[in-house]
Amino acid sequence: MNLLNLVLALPLAGFLVTLVLPKNNANVIRLFALILSLAVFVLSLGLAAPFHETGNGNWFVTDVPWIQSPEIRYHVGLDGLSLWLVLLSTLLTPVSILVSWKYIDRRVKEFYAFLLLLEFGLIGVFVAWDLFLFYVFWEVSLVPMYFLIGVWGHERRIYAAVKFFLYTMAGSVLMLAAIIFLYNKAGTFDYVNLVDLLQRGRLVLTSQEQLLLFLAFFVAFAIKVPLFPLHTWLPDAHVEAPTAGSIMLAAVMLKMGCYGLVRFCLPMFPQAAHRCQSWIVILAIIGIIYGALVAMVQPNMKKLVAYSSVSHLGFVVLGVFSFTQNGLDGAVYQMLNHGISTGALFMLVGYLYERTHSLEIKDYGGVSTPAPLLATVFLITMLASIGLPTLNNFVGEYLVLQGSAAVNFNWTIAAAVGVILSACYMLWLYQRVFVGETNKSLSHHHPFLDMNGRELAAALPLVVLMVWMGVYTKTFLPMVSAANQRIIEQSKTGVETLVETQGGKRIAELRELVHGR
Amino acid sequence: MADNFMPSAAEMLRFLPETVLIVFGTLIMLLDALSGEGKKGWLGTVAIVGLLLAAWGTVVAWSNPGPAFQSMLMVDGYATFFRFLVITVGVLTVLASVAYLKREKADSGEFYALVLYSVAGQCVMVTANELIMIFIGLEISSISSYILAGYLRDDKRNNESALKYFLLGSFATAFLLYGIAWIYGATGTTNLADIRRVLSNRDIAPALGLIGTSAALMFVGFAFKVSAAPFQVWAPDVYQGAPAPVSAFLSAGPKAAAFAIFLRVFMTAFEPVADKWAPVIWVSALATMTVGNFAALLQSNIKRLLAYSSIAHAGYVMVAIAAHSQIGTEAVMFYMAAYAFMNVGAFVVVAHFARQGEKYVNTDDLAGLGQRQPVTAALLTIFLLSLIGVPLTGGFFGKFYIFKAALDANLVWLTVLGLLNSAVGAYYYLRIIVVMYFQEPGESMADLQPLAPGTQAVLWGSALATLVLGIYPSVILDFARKSAALVK
Repeated sequence: MNLLNLVLALPLAGFLVTLVLPKNNANVIRLFALILSLAVFVLSLGLAAPFHETGNGNWFVTDVPWIQSPEIRYHVGLDGLSLWLVLLSTLLTPVSILVSWKYIDRRVKEFYAFLLLLEFGLIGVFVAWDLFLFYVFWEVSLVPMYFLIGVWGHERRIYAAVKFFLYTMAGSVLMLAAIIFLYNKAGTFDYVNLVDLLQRGRLVLTSQEQLLLFLAFFVAFAIKVPLFPLHTWLPDAHVEAPTAGSIMLAAVMLKMGCYGLVRFCLPMFPQAAHRCQSWIVILAIIGIIYGALVAMVQPNMKKLVAYSSVSHLGFVVLGVFSFTQNGLDGAVYQMLNHGISTGALFMLVGYLYERTHSLEIKDYGGVSTPAPLLATVFLITMLASIGLPTLNNFVGEYLVLQGSAAVNFNWTIAAAVGVILSACYMLWLYQRVFVGETNKSLSHHHPFLDMNGRELAAALPLVVLMVWMGVYTKTFLPMVSAANQRIIEQSKTGVETLVETQGGKRIAELRELVHGR
Repeated sequence: MADNFMPSAAEMLRFLPETVLIVFGTLIMLLDALSGEGKKGWLGTVAIVGLLLAAWGTVVAWSNPGPAFQSMLMVDGYATFFRFLVITVGVLTVLASVAYLKREKADSGEFYALVLYSVAGQCVMVTANELIMIFIGLEISSISSYILAGYLRDDKRNNESALKYFLLGSFATAFLLYGIAWIYGATGTTNLADIRRVLSNRDIAPALGLIGTSAALMFVGFAFKVSAAPFQVWAPDVYQGAPAPVSAFLSAGPKAAAFAIFLRVFMTAFEPVADKWAPVIWVSALATMTVGNFAALLQSNIKRLLAYSSIAHAGYVMVAIAAHSQIGTEAVMFYMAAYAFMNVGAFVVVAHFARQGEKYVNTDDLAGLGQRQPVTAALLTIFLLSLIGVPLTGGFFGKFYIFKAALDANLVWLTVLGLLNSAVGAYYYLRIIVVMYFQEPGESMADLQPLAPGTQAVLWGSALATLVLGIYPSVILDFARKSAALVK
């Protein structure tokens, strides 16, 4: 059993053990979940080791048959693209457990059990190299999140939970149809084999087939990302979920969709991806600007952060569909950045909520006076989210903008507007909540306390990462680039008029003229 | 034709399961007369012993497969698979009924005897190799089921259920019989293989109109039995009215047997004209799924909801029949097995929860079950997730395999519409989970008893089977694959 299998199996084992723990001793359950998830995190750090030595490759591969016929294999492995997303999942699970320590006080056992099951599903999604296995993890991760929102959420939790489940399910059944179709054509569910067959022309899809398959996968992922106009489930799910649910949802679950775009849509259906490029980019840009504008007018903090997610994830899609090395690197980096900074934002909003039981911005004001530490951490997180240089989001946004500029400068201009808008809504939020006159109602019931040790312990790793990822990208970016390089290579198959630069575009146009279309 | 009509010993052995079931059914009737009032719970044990012996008999019969009684029966892998399945459903039903009948103060031997007879009829159906045997098996199974549906004779709902089931059921069997008469008139035989031979021989094949009419008439009969649109209208009323364990039984056992003969007749006898009937099945499959799922969205009675859901699932199975391929046959076999466990499980939870007189059968009554009886709720959740088709459950793999078969047969639109249908279906199953876990317990939780031992065995067994079929489907799939080829 290699390290990756261990990292994958432990949360599942933890889930099963939690189920049989006696339910009356809540602290034992909390402690067990925390220790287990920390152990998983520490172990998962070991996953990065081979990449630091060689920088590239597929590691920790396990490929054994699961079901004989139809041939379904338990094929898992790790490359530079999966690595950080797995680490993001294993890091945010203990963070979520710490965050929920006091807040979740009923049905504690089930809560932590579902959180561990969620971790299992998420890790599985990022490491599965068999399409069937991928689908299994994809759906399995849905169930615990549905319960997390539905049982421990706020007032409209049931509506939000069901909406979340149905949206994802509706998208993913079409992906299932596409997966089966591919299997019937190629005789394998294996991602590596499939891409290889497609690359070498052994498996030929007509352009219509490719387009339909691409769309089937794309819609499933776009719902999860979420891409405008499929995003409507997201504000509901985020607002109604408990803090830990929002963190896992924003930080990791949305990345499932982004990851799917990079991992499956590009290498497997390159021509279709190129054909749809302009439409998708337009939707991404609409998402960036629309998300930011809607975030600006939200009276509810969680909703504001949720819409800011729509905006930030537009950058990811823009980067992916620029088909450039920079754009793709930026997109993947942005996935991690968004996971950390938005995860932290949801956590801090959750802290505020625990103190006053209100998410309305108008109920706050001058919080920095009673809680300077909370205000400082929020300030750093907010600046990271805006994209201040030396903090993480700047790197990702910059790379995405550079990547898109190489293709079409108008896209860059439009997307950059989103960056400016993000500064507007975030700074304004900070101003209304943390500075100014201290709102009298804050300490109406209890004195408004600053962050305690536990809360700080949950926030600190994220803050450290914001700075680390902002100033020393070398730890993270090389292996991402290496993986992306391969994906870019693969996504050139059969695409004649690859547009790399403005000049390239001109050449492509000329070539089209010469060939007479 | 053979000179000697005396069946050989080997042929008798191939009929062993049915023999055992009939003997035990009759034995229970006798024992019933001998044991005093209120002391009849042990007859359930006798019934279980009978069913287990019948399962053993199935193994014995399978050890020496082949035709029996002038080729009227055919013991092949396909028949063995379905024999096992209907016997298993019988075991689950009996186990779940013991506590139920005691609670309703309707403990008696007849119930168990009727279950055994019904299972025997289903065994005959799935083994039958010609139309008259199919008809006889169907009648044995159906008539026992009509009585079971109205078993609590003082309950109005039971009466309504039995009467509807009986009237519509006999009407449908009449159609079937009429179809049999037509095909016999047209081809001069009732043996499935012979019919196929005649139909595929251009020189002697009867006119297409004649074949079409008989196939259509038989389709009506079968479609009624499997509750496929547009002949599904009876199912909600019957399932809602019948005692809950009987609903569990009806939705799994007779349905599996009906699908088995449906498939056998259309894949052997009418296979030469498959391109004519496949489009009809296509339409019926889509209509069945859609009607079942959309009607289920509106139900508040959980038995009725499960009835519509069972219509929807019949629609998925019809998709596999529409594929009319060997993999389609495998898919039907696997799905019926997975479906039997998840659906019986769900109905049995309802039977447990409904309490005396089936007072609590609305979805809202389940509010807070997740807190009061977490284990029961968790088991029901497994069944519901399997019905939705979430991976790692038998329901998912079954659905996956059905739509794989459909795509293999180039039924792209049917696949897409079917999968979207299953997403619609998720909504009403989720609603039950919502009520169980996300709502606070109400007065319906006040006098909820713990699970009876028999019920517990059924629920744990079904849940385990559901998960095993989802995680390691090869256990059944390999056998299905080997036997699906034998159909012709």
